[in-house]
Amino acid sequence: MNETVSFLDREPAIEHKPLMQIERLSTHYPLRSALFSRRAGSVKAVDDVSLTLYEGETVGLVGESGCGKSTLGRTIIRLEPAHSGRIRFEGDDITHYTPKQLIPARMRMQMIFQDPYGSLNPRMRIGDMLAEPLLVHRLASRKDVRREVDRLLGLVGLPASAGNRYPHEFSGGQRQRIGIARALSFRPKLLVCDEPVSALDVSIQAQILNLLQDLQQELKLTYLFIAHGIGAVKQISTRVAVMYLGKIVELADTEELFRKPRHPYTQLLLNAYPPPDPALRRERARVILHGDVPSPANPPSGCRFHTRCPYAEQRCRIEEPLLTENRHAVACHYPLE
Amino acid sequence: MGAYLVRRLLIAIPVFWGITVLSFLMMNLAPGNPVDMLINPNIPPEMRELRKELLGLNDPIYVQYIKWLGELLKGELGYSFSTYAPVTQLIAERIGPTLLLASSSLAVGLLIAIPLGIVSAVKQNSKLDYLMTGLSFLGTSIPPFFLGLGLIYIVGIELKWLPTGGMTTLGGDGGIGDVAIHLILPVLVLGITIAGKKVRYVRASMLDVLKQDYLRTARAKGLTEWSVTNRHALRNALIPIIAVIGAEIPLLLGGSIIIEQVFQWPGLGQLTMEAILSRDYPTLMGINLVAACVVLLTNLIIDVLYATADPRIEFN
Amino acid sequence: MGELLKVERLQIAFRGDQGETISVEDVSFAIQPGETMAIVGESGCGKSVTSLAIMGLLGASGSIKRGYISFLDTNLTAASEQQLRKMRGSQVSMIFQEPMTSLNPVMPIGRQIEEALRLHLKSSRKEARQSAIDMLRKVGIPRPETIAKAYPHMLSGGMRQRVMIAIALICQPKLLIADEPTTALDVTIQAQIIELMQTLQAENGTAILLVTHDLGVVAAMADHVAVMYAGQIVEAADVYTLFRSPRHPYTQGLMNSIPRLDAISGGRAPAIPGQVPSLHEMPTGCRFHPRCPYAEASCRELQPELMETGDRHRVRCWLTETSEADQIAVHRDTRQKVAL
Repeated sequence: MNETVSFLDREPAIEHKPLMQIERLSTHYPLRSALFSRRAGSVKAVDDVSLTLYEGETVGLVGESGCGKSTLGRTIIRLEPAHSGRIRFEGDDITHYTPKQLIPARMRMQMIFQDPYGSLNPRMRIGDMLAEPLLVHRLASRKDVRREVDRLLGLVGLPASAGNRYPHEFSGGQRQRIGIARALSFRPKLLVCDEPVSALDVSIQAQILNLLQDLQQELKLTYLFIAHGIGAVKQISTRVAVMYLGKIVELADTEELFRKPRHPYTQLLLNAYPPPDPALRRERARVILHGDVPSPANPPSGCRFHTRCPYAEQRCRIEEPLLTENRHAVACHYPLE
Repeated sequence: MGAYLVRRLLIAIPVFWGITVLSFLMMNLAPGNPVDMLINPNIPPEMRELRKELLGLNDPIYVQYIKWLGELLKGELGYSFSTYAPVTQLIAERIGPTLLLASSSLAVGLLIAIPLGIVSAVKQNSKLDYLMTGLSFLGTSIPPFFLGLGLIYIVGIELKWLPTGGMTTLGGDGGIGDVAIHLILPVLVLGITIAGKKVRYVRASMLDVLKQDYLRTARAKGLTEWSVTNRHALRNALIPIIAVIGAEIPLLLGGSIIIEQVFQWPGLGQLTMEAILSRDYPTLMGINLVAACVVLLTNLIIDVLYATADPRIEFN
Repeated sequence: MGELLKVERLQIAFRGDQGETISVEDVSFAIQPGETMAIVGESGCGKSVTSLAIMGLLGASGSIKRGYISFLDTNLTAASEQQLRKMRGSQVSMIFQEPMTSLNPVMPIGRQIEEALRLHLKSSRKEARQSAIDMLRKVGIPRPETIAKAYPHMLSGGMRQRVMIAIALICQPKLLIADEPTTALDVTIQAQIIELMQTLQAENGTAILLVTHDLGVVAAMADHVAVMYAGQIVEAADVYTLFRSPRHPYTQGLMNSIPRLDAISGGRAPAIPGQVPSLHEMPTGCRFHPRCPYAEASCRELQPELMETGDRHRVRCWLTETSEADQIAVHRDTRQKVAL
């Protein structure tokens, strides 16, 4: 296979300049049981996570529901308060910025959601909705705003006439395009994409993924791509981080991670996806990951995965493995070879 | 659950205290005072002043309030300004009939509202549904006193089927049967008013539940529509109604003041009217306090019921 | 052995504010005892409506306008509501996409399982409880005695879907309709549920009608597949044939648009352009023609029939008649090479 060619095609897009550095970040949710009762404890939704996003790359973030991947995405653009740790964006430590200080940085880090419909005002025309932030933040003058809106619609593959219509007149895929257009109106550097295609039909998913890839090339965007659909992550990501119960357990280049997963969890997670080929049904006697994810309010001791890990040993129950610092990072005492 | 009850009762204390302050203030801000209300021109002004002095009405409001609160802490509610009877005794005599009237009306109201609401929802947009909705609209929009007077005229005076007022027949035995006959008309009036409002709640709640996925599961098991409605939908639909009933209790107590007047029902409502007209502060304060107790207590009962009916809610 | 279920030229309509809309048109397929048949398609293609029609659960606004459904040689379209009720839950049962909302929140789990037993097999309370506990154990629920007394909110999504399966299979039905049974679940839990359905199917010989949009799940479970688009079956074949040589351009597009784990990252998925048409503005001719890369003049005017192209492989496409079908296949091969 001549894979190297297509892989290298993407290399120049990655300038190895850090855009966002996340250092030992934790996000906790208090568990308050009731009025007048003391704090019952807290859920460590994100626990001591470090990750650097380089300009122009896409880091895919995968894991089961409740693993903290969405919380991590929301915390790094300061939609959730960080409990501890540091977030640096374009070199500035934004962890403790006041809402006012945050405004310029916020525009440069935008988010795309799973269901764009919930965030679109049903009584506002798409054109007006896109124009509003442009005018408020003086990104376009009143004279030019129409042209800028048309440009944004064009960027996401919608006709200029779409500006005169209301959200309910669009299909799911088109609404996601509108959501992307809105995020782009701030001319961001970083886009946190939280399950942007999971609610869409299969044939539409590919359209949106392709659009995101085109936009990245064109606008030099950096993505944090959060998804549970592993195929989409594989297609779009340069690197992939796997999360389990608030921790990154493995982080590697996409090809490497899919070819040679080193954390048992990653291996079982990848195995869980049924391949779209009936011929592989029997050949691939799938090892099934048993049980449910333990409650993040009360994570297991030692390695958090030991309760479901087929290879767990005594040490795994006691000692927590740390994420290694090489290019293929893994947090496991006995990584797979 | 024990800890929950204790906590709830502890929370009730400051609420309770707030209610006493507010009602004391409001009463004193109302124009007139108990002595001026004794419109007897034969009493000379000096006597009135002396009377005010004796009743403590010339003290500043806060002193009056502290004195009253002191009495309350000793378990005393004071003496009526107009009849000089102990307030506790006055209330004790009247509370029974009021609670009887209010609880029977609530029961009758729900017995009307729940079946009608269910039928209305199950047969949504049918003629039957429109009829029910129309009736419930009528029930809410007719003022209770008007309905009461109308019923007294037709059923009591013209047809002479039922007594027009009071709780017992004068010179009668005052037994259960006698009271029950006197109860019918006022309960009907209050019950219809309550039902009018509740039918719409039950209908809306039932319509909401009828859309739920688990009813499709129930149908997929092969259950009849009757079982689907009564075994699966009804309980889910009634849970929100419990909360609505909680909100109804204060209105019910307020509404019975008027109905007790219309039917000369010897309850707290009548006592309240008399006390208001004569600015009888101690009696009014006593009634307020009892009413607050009843409301706080029923709210607690409602919350416990709510948590018992819905396994998803825990006591905390 | 005869067919367990036969659906013949089914047409289903719904009454709504904008008049009557046809949501399923000319759908025919059959299921043999013990096999798994999958209906694949995107949202609004009519796959769920078809499965609800088999259950007789279309509701007040939906009705079967044409065609028939026969199950064990009984014509369900002519059956009384009472006959249908007798069949539901005992002979045919159903599990749904949303395990979180498909269980009654105020009824203990055990009772929800027992209900069908008490109704159809007239079991005593005690027998029913014992069977429910055994069934819970069979679907892999730990501590079944305790869980039988628990309420649904205490269980995770995966556990609830296991309970749904227990409810559906308690009377040992001949046919289980599974409408997106794994879609709402995490992928690791999906794998568990697929394995469970396959184990129980092997034990009891239950036939499964799998309704899904996920070609991965289809590849893992199905024996036969029907692909639906805009209310019609556009292609039907056995699972190996369909995945090896899909002949309808829509099926090909669907297969190509799944990002494959064995492909190279950073590549692009060949997407199907355009949108799924709405029921109110169905295109003339072939319903897929506005999105089809091979559409010709005839495709815009005339609606193709579902045609047998050999070996139980049926395709609704004008191009399969001519030699261009082979061209499409060739085209697809080259595209795959490009993708690699």
